[in-house]
Amino acid sequence: MNGVPVIQAAGLSRHYEVRRTFFGSAGTVRALNDATFTLSAGQTLAVVGESGCGKSTLARLVTLIERPTAGQLKIGGIEVDLASAGERRALRRTVQIVFQDPYGSLNPRHKIGAILEEPLKINTDLSASERRERALEMMARVGLRPEHHQRYPHMFSGGQRQRIAIARALMLNPRIVVLDEPVSALDVSIQAQVLNLLADLQEEFDLAYLFISHDLSVVRHIADEVIVMYLGSAVEHGNRAQIFSDPRHPYTQALLSATPMADPERQRHRIRLSGELPSPFNPPSGCTFHPRCPYADERCTRELPEMRDAGGGTMAACHGIEEDRVPHIAA
Amino acid sequence: MAEATTKLDPTPRRESVLARELKEFWYYFSENRTAVVGLFFLIGVIAMALLADVISPHSPSDQYREFAELPPAWSAEGRIEFLFGTDYAGRDMLSRIIYGARLSLLAGGIVVVVSLFAGIALGLAAGFFRGVIEIVIMRIMDTILSVPGLLMALVLVAILGPGLENAMIAIAVTYLPYFVRLTRASAITESTKDYVVASRVAGAGRLRLMFIAILPNCMAPLIVQATMSFSNAILDVAALGFLGMGAQPPMPEWGTLIAENRDLILSAPWTVTFPGLVILLTVLAINLMGDGLRDALDPKMKRS
Amino acid sequence: MSLLEIKNLTVEFKTAHGGFRAVDAVDLTIDEGEVVAIVGESGSGKSVAMLALMGLLPWTATVTADRMAFDGRELLGMAAAKRRQIIGKDIAMIFQEPMTSLNPCFTVGFQIKEVLRRHLSLTRHERGRRAVELLGQVGIPAPESRLSNFPHQLSGGMNQRVMIAMMIACNPRVLVADEPTTALDVTIQAQILELLLMLQRERGMALVLITHDMGVVAETAQRVVVHYAGQQVERQPVKGLFRYPRHPYTSALLKALPERSHDRRLPSIPGVVPGQLDRPGGCLFNPRCVWATDKCRTVEPPRHDGGVGGALCHYPLDEQGEPTGREAEAIS
Repeated sequence: MNGVPVIQAAGLSRHYEVRRTFFGSAGTVRALNDATFTLSAGQTLAVVGESGCGKSTLARLVTLIERPTAGQLKIGGIEVDLASAGERRALRRTVQIVFQDPYGSLNPRHKIGAILEEPLKINTDLSASERRERALEMMARVGLRPEHHQRYPHMFSGGQRQRIAIARALMLNPRIVVLDEPVSALDVSIQAQVLNLLADLQEEFDLAYLFISHDLSVVRHIADEVIVMYLGSAVEHGNRAQIFSDPRHPYTQALLSATPMADPERQRHRIRLSGELPSPFNPPSGCTFHPRCPYADERCTRELPEMRDAGGGTMAACHGIEEDRVPHIAA
Repeated sequence: MAEATTKLDPTPRRESVLARELKEFWYYFSENRTAVVGLFFLIGVIAMALLADVISPHSPSDQYREFAELPPAWSAEGRIEFLFGTDYAGRDMLSRIIYGARLSLLAGGIVVVVSLFAGIALGLAAGFFRGVIEIVIMRIMDTILSVPGLLMALVLVAILGPGLENAMIAIAVTYLPYFVRLTRASAITESTKDYVVASRVAGAGRLRLMFIAILPNCMAPLIVQATMSFSNAILDVAALGFLGMGAQPPMPEWGTLIAENRDLILSAPWTVTFPGLVILLTVLAINLMGDGLRDALDPKMKRS
Repeated sequence: MSLLEIKNLTVEFKTAHGGFRAVDAVDLTIDEGEVVAIVGESGSGKSVAMLALMGLLPWTATVTADRMAFDGRELLGMAAAKRRQIIGKDIAMIFQEPMTSLNPCFTVGFQIKEVLRRHLSLTRHERGRRAVELLGQVGIPAPESRLSNFPHQLSGGMNQRVMIAMMIACNPRVLVADEPTTALDVTIQAQILELLLMLQRERGMALVLITHDMGVVAETAQRVVVHYAGQQVERQPVKGLFRYPRHPYTSALLKALPERSHDRRLPSIPGVVPGQLDRPGGCLFNPRCVWATDKCRTVEPPRHDGGVGGALCHYPLDEQGEPTGREAEAIS
């Protein structure tokens, strides 16, 4: 991996205490368990999973909106927990976020200019005209016209709003951008435009992307490294080529198999997962995937598997792989 | 690198942003005929209050003792100079009603403004901070709500002393809970939205989040509530005036007009009927307008 | 005779800024047991067309058509009461958001039995039994216990299954599914699509699948109709569409899919779908089409016949992906 490491996460966890009834009986929701990864400048790390897998929680931890209940997070070499208030403020400028919903992520009552200039107003002491200049500059870079500066969000299409959201994220010159399903709500043709824009910006600014998505075809196109998550824990972690050509974990295999491919002539090996996604309030014992796993055995119901080398440069958390029970699937 | 999107975006608008929004607002508002009628009536009353010095035939305090209790101009004994007749002291009813508009509208306006500002501040605090702050504020509001409005206003005025200013403060207090509740509900809904999180990630502090990010998005229900409160305030100020606890004679506030001519209700009914009618029509107009406003501002009813 | 026949359907909406033509001269023919996909992006009018068929549009919409017939009976001028006998019974529809399609105040069992009560004459006991049967057929485990659940107690996937159960309760002959899996997770999406296809096979039901996901189309449809800005721009069997798209929009759409790309940059389609205020003259796709000529900008394109994918284009693409008949024209 070329590039300077900008995020180093080790054992990141986030648990929520939830009171189930008025009279106590607290439960713990393990939204994120033991996330460990390194993200370098100019690289894209994709976090893939379905609802409840913990990807949004991870986004909130990395953007410093929430603090982890356990684990270590280093951004730009500085450990977040030990940082002073001033350092934290500076760190906040290093990591920015783009959300999934282009219709909810922009304040409907603010003009685009105000939205873009807000990060500058809060964090720098540039004059009003300097802020405006920077805003217009960024707008041009993402493909918006100067007259858009005085317009309201509802006058723009979904694709344009995502461009505005991306522009806003770049106003503070961050090194890391967390992209939480940035193209999921967009049409295919607009999706392509926005993905191209993201690729160009990454090259120009040497940005590190934490790309969260459930759409594997997009991930295959844009990611360098992939982490697959299930119910708060990582189940497989490897580089893109390996994960897509030879997925090892049964969940990854099922996920790839379930993703519809735009090719009617292709015969696919269909892995159908039975059952629903379990609730994070009540996770299954042992390996959380075992109720739906075609290769589960008795050990899987008891023991939580650890992330181990699964061959080919991938790491996977699965007893079946260790014991050679999981076949290779040509995806 | 910026793609051909710039060339192919929708055609630029020639009219300004504000003009377009107003046009759209008027399109929806004007569908409700009664709302438009209400709006014009209210504009008429406001105009009447502003131009009182010009259009009023007499001064409201001039007493024409020889013409006391004169019936309206269209009855047998009436005179054209006193269109709506005169009261017990010989003062022209029409002039007093015209000048009274100033007092009633002003009183209603001040009540709403005070209540709105205080309500927004408390509601935002409750909805944003939650926890103990929310509990304390909301329980106080519940207490205010549990006492009938006018009764509570009377108690407050009795403590503070009769007079128009104290009546306004007392009534404003009784309206607080409505604004607080609305603001709190909106604040709670909006603070979970992505754009608020985006502002937080950009480093926004609490005050900025409350007043600059969230508040503008709570305004629509507040505007509607303010309009309704305006009409209620006029009624309540009049009620307090009627009870002798609000504006004191000889102020020509509409409720006070009715109070001071109370004994003449049978012998000179025009002295109480006309003030009463004016109150009725003004409050009705504001309510109709408020209905139309709510429909026009409700995004779900928009069609484009 | 076809089961469903729609000819020249047009839907116009009244708005604050004038009229808006959401659906423009759309034709659709469905035979028994067919699986047809209607593909388009936002603003293509794909949902509106089907809602017009079901009579579910608001009063601001004006629906006109040469023919809109189900089983030979003309639906367009039909009285509302008669129409309600067909809608829900012979033609059923499921929607995108399972959480909001079901009434949150009533149990799942109540809602299924309501459909049965409305369209079939069964005794109360029979209705209960049929409801349990239906929940079982859509793959809900322990169906008896689910009858008394409320929608918020079930997951998105379960709710969608309940929705499907409600809609197949009266054995419809056509099921219209409007983006049924867009709001669901990938593995659940696969389950639901498989369920729909299984039901379609077992009951000989026609399935109209409205979607924007080309992958879903490739894996489920037999025939595809492509919508753009309210018009139908291409109609083809599924294999033909993916191998030899005839309309420039279809071709560009397929090229823009991430899974078909090989470099970092995707061949994207510049511009945006025309909205209400910026409809171009001539062919609606011309501002975004790489092959557009002056003729495309001024003259409305003709519809070609089935051999050329029913493409609405002056220069439909040939099997090499090049526009036909264009060399003779001046290139702008």
